[in-house]
Amino acid sequence: MALRDITLGQYFPGHTIVHRLDPRTKLLFTILFIVALFLCKTIVSYAIVAAVLAISILLSRIKPATILRGMKPVMLIIVITAMLNILYTTGEGTPLFQLWIFRIYPEGFLTAFYMILRIMLLITCTFLLTYTTSPILLTDGLELLLSPLKKLHAPIHELSMMMSIALRFIPTLIEETDKIMSAQKARGADFETGNLFQKARALVPLLVPLFISAFRRADELAIAMECRCYHGGEGRTRLRQLRYTTADYWVLAAGLALCVLIGVLRHFGW
Amino acid sequence: METILQLEHLSHIYSAGTPFEHSALVDVDFSIYRGEYLGIIGRTGSGKSTLIQHFNGLLKPTSGRVLFEGKDIWETKERTRATRFRVGLVFQYPEYQLFEETVYRDISFGPRNMGLDDTEVDRRTRDAAAFVGLPDAVLQKSPFELSGGQKRRVAIAGVIAMGPSVLVLDEPTAGLDPVGVESILSNIRDYHQAKNATIILVSHSMEEVARTVDRLVVVSDGHIPFTGTPREVFSHGAELENLGLGLPQMTRVFHRLRALGVDIDPSVYTIAQARAAILAKLGKGAV
Repeated sequence: MALRDITLGQYFPGHTIVHRLDPRTKLLFTILFIVALFLCKTIVSYAIVAAVLAISILLSRIKPATILRGMKPVMLIIVITAMLNILYTTGEGTPLFQLWIFRIYPEGFLTAFYMILRIMLLITCTFLLTYTTSPILLTDGLELLLSPLKKLHAPIHELSMMMSIALRFIPTLIEETDKIMSAQKARGADFETGNLFQKARALVPLLVPLFISAFRRADELAIAMECRCYHGGEGRTRLRQLRYTTADYWVLAAGLALCVLIGVLRHFGW
Repeated sequence: METILQLEHLSHIYSAGTPFEHSALVDVDFSIYRGEYLGIIGRTGSGKSTLIQHFNGLLKPTSGRVLFEGKDIWETKERTRATRFRVGLVFQYPEYQLFEETVYRDISFGPRNMGLDDTEVDRRTRDAAAFVGLPDAVLQKSPFELSGGQKRRVAIAGVIAMGPSVLVLDEPTAGLDPVGVESILSNIRDYHQAKNATIILVSHSMEEVARTVDRLVVVSDGHIPFTGTPREVFSHGAELENLGLGLPQMTRVFHRLRALGVDIDPSVYTIAQARAAILAKLGKGAV
């Protein structure tokens, strides 16, 4: 069943330095990396940024093939972006050739190339974050990073709790969908053939039980949480406290340095 | 005996080619005969659910073949679909699949998918409801108003209504009280006898399987270590316990007696058999 193969920011457990870093560090580093990436103007800056990412991937021991496989679903977006850039960029010199109503300039290819590079690096670095950080740690980190906003009465704890619960139940609901689909297929339901209208109708036997079970689960979860005296984020302590280590400070410093370096290069036209 | 379903060197691998690759079934080879009452036992995760989903073509074998009445069920798309109606599969906790506004409409979902005319659909729906002991008054109710046990009956009726010649039930009594368990098992027995249908009952409870089935298939870790009558299978007491399967209480008592040095048949699993075995033993002793 194809449903089983969907990976949504799949976490690959491991014990490398990248896995062990504080999730806040990784989140901040990812942001700094993206800032640096958007400051890049020439191949030199891109090369520096790509090298930093390559080192991180090597340290995390995530197989490059895994990252490439994750890239597949966004391939279409990359191709479309590249095409648009090639077709619509106007350059100063004479056009290379004319394609129907479009004039193709050499600059178009250059912009497209940089655009592809930028998208791929952007996606790879966010993949690296979710591949090496468990969803629970990620939301914990996010909550702590945003906690200053609590002073402004923003419901940060509630948001991060909702996010953890949603992440936790995605695999469960996928499994449930799979099961109900099989059960209805066993009664002769047909999800594949027919026109759009027929296909939509065929989903009723799937969606009704799925919604009912989602509501039932939500109810059970709420009761289970109340049984354990959950009453919101106020005064709540954690089993696993997040603490910055020396490595975290070094990584953050490296991230800042990267941003400054790329910024300076940009200033001097590189 | 006539073979109705045959598995030939069946293997199934989940997520082949990824780091999560996992063999659920390895070279499984056995036959199911027309009209028999077969039990499949195995622990959670032994591969029994994967196995039964091959019986009606919900899962496609990674290698090997599944033959229904001598023909490969994957030969054409039509045949796969037709097999779904001939081999009825009741999943675990089937009450979670109910979706229609009324019990009647839910039971008739299968027959309607078969493309039968209205009178035939109606006949089958009422027939199936009667088999599982649902009174007429319930048919026009919403399935979501019913009790857990009644919901399960509705779901089982939904599969019976297709009139399958093989009925596969995955843990049909899970989570029911003893009265509910008995009545579901007797509904299944009725269907077995009235239609001369082949019944395949999947369970992890030895006790339940032992007193209902003619033949047992043990699934463990994607393999089939034992098949045979319950008595034959239970004579492998120690091996079964090593596989993590509990023996029926009576069988366990007799295995213990044997271990204590009493020369007695350890394959019994009902009180009547135990009585006969003890009497035979005492009779011998008295001579």
